[in-house]
Amino acid sequence: MARMKFLCDSERCIECNGCVTACKNENEVPWGINRRRVVTLDDGVPGEKSISVACMHCTDAPCAAVCPVDCFYTTDDGVVLHDKDLCIGCGYCFYACPFGAPQYPQQEAFGVRGKMDKCTFCSGGPEEDNSAAEFEKYGSNRLAQGKLPACAEMCATKALLGGDGDMVADIYRERITRRGGRPDNWGWDAAYGERDA
Amino acid sequence: MTERSVETVGSGKTSRRRRIFIWSITLALAVSMALPLTALLIPASQAQESGQQADDKSNPRADYWREVRGGNAGYSAVQGQETDVLIQSQGQTWSELRDGPVLHLGLWGVGSILVVLAIYHLMTGGYKLQGRTGRKIPRWPGIDRFIHWYTAVLFLVLAITGLSLLWGRTLLIPIMGKEAFAAWANMSKPIHDYLSLFFTAGLLVMLIKWFHHNIWKSYDFKWLVSGGGYLGGSGHPPAGFANAGEKLLFYTLIFAGGAMVVSGLFLLFPNWGTDRAGMQLANVIHGASSLICFMFICLHIYLATIGSEGALEGMVHGEVDEQYAKQHHPLWYDEIMKGKTSGDFAGGGSAQPAPAAPRKE
Repeated sequence: MARMKFLCDSERCIECNGCVTACKNENEVPWGINRRRVVTLDDGVPGEKSISVACMHCTDAPCAAVCPVDCFYTTDDGVVLHDKDLCIGCGYCFYACPFGAPQYPQQEAFGVRGKMDKCTFCSGGPEEDNSAAEFEKYGSNRLAQGKLPACAEMCATKALLGGDGDMVADIYRERITRRGGRPDNWGWDAAYGERDA
Repeated sequence: MTERSVETVGSGKTSRRRRIFIWSITLALAVSMALPLTALLIPASQAQESGQQADDKSNPRADYWREVRGGNAGYSAVQGQETDVLIQSQGQTWSELRDGPVLHLGLWGVGSILVVLAIYHLMTGGYKLQGRTGRKIPRWPGIDRFIHWYTAVLFLVLAITGLSLLWGRTLLIPIMGKEAFAAWANMSKPIHDYLSLFFTAGLLVMLIKWFHHNIWKSYDFKWLVSGGGYLGGSGHPPAGFANAGEKLLFYTLIFAGGAMVVSGLFLLFPNWGTDRAGMQLANVIHGASSLICFMFICLHIYLATIGSEGALEGMVHGEVDEQYAKQHHPLWYDEIMKGKTSGDFAGGGSAQPAPAAPRKE
């Protein structure tokens, strides 16, 4: 079974936010929610670099560990999904997540946040694959259609890679050998740990 | 003689040659060893400068990843809470605190208090009154009783809903299943959130109104040392209107209760924009302080009901038996008997006339 991973090549990302837009369009996520974002450090100075980040689908996911209603599960593809029917919108996953992935449709008084929403690696949720209910709650299920996440597919510079971790690593390793220098497989240590990276 | 002198001259020549030879070799060796060392004599300042230049030109890529790992904020076109931070590490610390000490120590703490109280009750059957006199002393005026029960009921509702969220995954999901527990949690959260403000109001009024009962006196230490009379021993440990145990509960409610209310407010209003670090801190403080309050309230509930005969009557009917006052609050009883006004003792703000002596019923 494949172990799905994201990798953003910081030497290639040009901060076009195409991945953010592709994700919003593909999954029709609610207003105000962005499952993916591009962060630029040292913006405007030499050495500026950008990275596209969303849920990294961690091996030992911190969100799943703290969830009071235990609504997270990991698919056979290694994708971390959650059940919105169980979610109570407590915000704990957002406190625990290293990558700031969990999003909430609201942020109001009395802790009203609504059901948490996050990147699904374009693989929907616990509902029946590609059903209307699944699309309504979780967005597109491209994996069930044999496709990869829209963000990575749309990336113009192929900075964002998404797919089977071994293949992603192979592509990236080839780039590194051609390019020289050390690898920057951003977030892999934090997300997948030494065992699985 | 000449031969000898020639010989001497000859030997003198050879020894001088040998000396010159040895010395020149020594010099050559010394110079050849010393010359490379002159590199060390190159001005130290010059060497330091070149070293600093190397530091300034540290690997920019390594600096960049250090910045990423350190949770430094950058720029993101996506607007939202801390969207400009790539990675935050303190979430790990928070979840280890919440799922570790707060969750498990709390569980063990409350569990062991309940077990100790159960054992105490089974062994002693509670603290009984040594025969009632039948005469009643007014203790809690109606307004005090209302505030007490209002706050108490809200506290219990908040405790049940709050502890469900903390312990539900450990205790309730294995029994109820995920779906049923999620339905319960989905109710618990808004109940907890909305009722918390009403509880806060009750707690505030209670703490202000009863402050004068709970000023710490030197004799309160004696009460504590003698275990309040609950651990056996002869005589009645000194206590005024409130005994030292009740005072400790009061101070717990001021400090732990205060921390609980303030941290709860931050959790209640995510729209204030408190950052993740702040929310994590508030969550840990809220959990820990609530558990401290809950453990103390467990003690209080036992000691004020089946643990001590006659105590509950004061908070239900407003009056206690004379024997209860003598036994549990001897100093207060003495002052009542001296004929002071009940307003000084039996709950501030009471308009009830002072009983010169306990009423015969």
